[in-house]
Amino acid sequence: MPSNHYDAIIIGGGHNGLIAGAYLARAGKRVVVLERREMVGGAAVTEEIFPGYRFTEFSYVVSLLRPEIIRDLELPRHGLKILPLPSTVTPMDNGDYLAAWPDHEPTRREIYRHSPRDAEAADEYGRTMARAAKAIKPVLSLVPPDPTSMSVRDVLGLIKLGQYAKSLSEKELYRIAKLVTQSSADLLDEWFEFDPLKGTKSASGIIGTFLGPRSPGTAYVLLHHYMGEIDGAFRAWGFAKNGTGGVTAAIAASARALGAEIRTGASVKQVIVKGGRAAGVALENGDELHSRVVMSAADPKRSFLNFVESKHFPDEFVEQIKNFRVRGSSGKVNIALSGLPQFTCLPGESPLHRGAISISPSMDYIERAYDEAKYGQFSKNPYIDMIIPSMIDRDMAPPGHHVMSCFVQYAPYDIEGGWDDSKRDSFGETVISTIERYAPNIRKIIVGKQVITPKDIERIAGITGGNIFHGELLLHQLFFLRPAPQWADFRTPLPGYYFGASGAHPGGGVMGAAGKMAAQEVLKDWR
Amino acid sequence: MVETLELKRTPFHERTSRLSVAQNWRRWAGYAVVGSYELSLDHEYWAIRDRAALIDVSPLMKYLIEGPDAARLLHKVTTRDIYKMGVGQVYYTGWCDEDGKLLDDGTVSRLSDQSFRMTSAEPSLRWLAMNAVGMDVRVTEVTDQVAALSLQGPKSRAVLNRCCNDTLDVLKYFRLMNTNIGSAQVNVSRTGYTGDLGYEIWVEAEQALPVWDALMEAGDDYGITPCGILAMDMARVEAGLFMVDADYTAANHAWIEGQKSSPLEMGLDWTVNLNKKGYFVGRKALEREKKSGSAWKMVGLEVDWVGLERLFADVGLPPQIPGMAVRASLPVFADGKQIGYASTSTWSPVLKKYIALAHLQRPHYEPGTVVTMEVTVEHQRRHAPAKVVKLPFYDPAWKKK
Repeated sequence: MPSNHYDAIIIGGGHNGLIAGAYLARAGKRVVVLERREMVGGAAVTEEIFPGYRFTEFSYVVSLLRPEIIRDLELPRHGLKILPLPSTVTPMDNGDYLAAWPDHEPTRREIYRHSPRDAEAADEYGRTMARAAKAIKPVLSLVPPDPTSMSVRDVLGLIKLGQYAKSLSEKELYRIAKLVTQSSADLLDEWFEFDPLKGTKSASGIIGTFLGPRSPGTAYVLLHHYMGEIDGAFRAWGFAKNGTGGVTAAIAASARALGAEIRTGASVKQVIVKGGRAAGVALENGDELHSRVVMSAADPKRSFLNFVESKHFPDEFVEQIKNFRVRGSSGKVNIALSGLPQFTCLPGESPLHRGAISISPSMDYIERAYDEAKYGQFSKNPYIDMIIPSMIDRDMAPPGHHVMSCFVQYAPYDIEGGWDDSKRDSFGETVISTIERYAPNIRKIIVGKQVITPKDIERIAGITGGNIFHGELLLHQLFFLRPAPQWADFRTPLPGYYFGASGAHPGGGVMGAAGKMAAQEVLKDWR
Repeated sequence: MVETLELKRTPFHERTSRLSVAQNWRRWAGYAVVGSYELSLDHEYWAIRDRAALIDVSPLMKYLIEGPDAARLLHKVTTRDIYKMGVGQVYYTGWCDEDGKLLDDGTVSRLSDQSFRMTSAEPSLRWLAMNAVGMDVRVTEVTDQVAALSLQGPKSRAVLNRCCNDTLDVLKYFRLMNTNIGSAQVNVSRTGYTGDLGYEIWVEAEQALPVWDALMEAGDDYGITPCGILAMDMARVEAGLFMVDADYTAANHAWIEGQKSSPLEMGLDWTVNLNKKGYFVGRKALEREKKSGSAWKMVGLEVDWVGLERLFADVGLPPQIPGMAVRASLPVFADGKQIGYASTSTWSPVLKKYIALAHLQRPHYEPGTVVTMEVTVEHQRRHAPAKVVKLPFYDPAWKKK
């Protein structure tokens, strides 16, 4: 076979593209993964921006990476190590803090210190959410059936889904119905009274969305965080050794070992269509690669509006993709430090420095941060989720030095007047001064910082709109509606062209499920 | 005489007891040692696998064997060729009774031409003395006089290089050297019980605390973590290392023949040197066994997660397995017939696998053989599919580099 002929071409060397490539290679297909940048990883990359300091540039924790992918692709053998990220601490304005420890007793005692009532509620809340997550989880690994279709596959899928729903108790169904429609603020107000506790819990409901804690639908996103809990020992919650670039490095190593080819610096210009089928891709450098199947692991906009001429798709589909909401709402500030930040509430070095540090003093604080974003401004007092990767993985910074990863929300993609260097600088400054309120020595120990706006996420990682999930996890963009009605089964209106990325079911979060399921659908159609 | 009723304290007790949050103490050869410092084993386990773990291993039995016939005694007692051992070398070895059944296992270090240090899990003075009859050799137990720390993990070399007077870069796997930590003279061997890069530091008990302090200070930037024996127990299973009276019964402790194991049955073929010159205890029996093949073999078992998940899914649960090493016998089956047992099983966080050390009967011990291992699912005995694999389970490239 000539060297530019493949069974399958995968556009995009992020984790989903690499996973799809690995699964197809595992099935004996000749496959190539094409990555625009000189390094693989997409939004799961680790880069040494300042010599000796390694940043887990965009995504920074592993939580939902599917256990079956870890097993099937033997990722531990290829270097995947998931290090514990054991705690969360919320510094308070009065110099105290609220901590969640990796052990039940100290956590309970800690919440009790602030609110005896919440300490008890927290136990019951955790169990309730974990049960709801257990009930809804099987749905995530289903190829979403189209409820309007009469095809055998869809009808069988619907029957399966129906049978599953029937197996749930009435109580569970009501709880799920409530969770998917409620706001996280309403949900949390039902359970808790202590503001920093509610603020911190509500934060996980807004990550990656362009919504505030009071927006309906955010309670469902909270639920996503309990999905990992039920994997038991297989739980993948933590910080990947070498950052999330370590995850994609392991997947790439596995894919190569299985026989997949990975080309970097290979930017795709267009999908070649022959006889009404996807037949290969044309690269920006003029090369053409040919294949029986093409899969895009890029975001929905690029996959359907850039790579393929719109004449190959029905108008309605194009319209739906145009309306798919990919508004980036968050930024990232990565900081190289000559020492450990001294938090007023945590003098010296505490085990809590090895976990998440959350600037989320109350739900109102986050809702106000959202208010500014709604009208095209970045938050003056943003929600920040920090970790100090060098406290978890000592290879991230020189001995005695540290790196800090700060996820910041809100930073709207469509900022008033557009993003420019001075706006980026002032966004970075806002983040530093917010941290400074809780860790006064921060400025003195900064060696260098990298400020990433949603525009930068788009530019560097190639995600349209800079949304970390390739499209918000909104109810009208999930399951059989993701990325568009009738096309949630990883196929597209163009025969031979598949779609397996975070913009497909079941969504983002370095989960890998979309890439794996898309590869499996490709293989089903192969016969 | 309350004192004699208390467990002995190691020379590091003053430090370890202060750091022990969990108050989880374990017995080891008459000493009290820390099981885990923290409430969860995670941080200590990952110190072994990603940073540097400091483990108090002082309860190891230690013997000095000195004199013109020191090598001769060890050559006679162990299964290794001690005459070929250079000064500064360390051998791992088992030693057997006359029937070729294991009494114990440990390390032998050649400190100088005529002096060796031997470590063991069980008291061995009597056995050594019995075998030394007519030899010009002196055997001294130094268990209480010599404190021992095990520094294990990928960053252990960097930590030692910061606090030792000499560089550790030249020290090869299973070699030892003398150096200083502060004013304390120490002997450092590149050995351990974790299957990772690691060192053991041997020091006079009086010098124990300053050495501990120097290591903790030097290791601060590398995330050095005091680590109890429970996390080490998980690591040693991953490394395919076994423990007397957990994974095999010492021949002199056994009540019945069936409880005894030979080094060949334990997979220690590489330590049994049948080409070595002269007599050694158990030689004839081992030669016979080598020729006819072993009836049993200690192997690794990897439990098939999908199969395990299915057993638990039957009752509506995700798999529930203990997050630490469990020293309990679990029957192993092939075609519905019991063909052996697992002696220690553990969840392996680094491999993301449920693994076990198991004794299997011929012919089921060949790698790749599919068997089942008993698991308890909601109070019911079920069989989880598992595969026989070669040991060790985990063998990082940096262990010997």
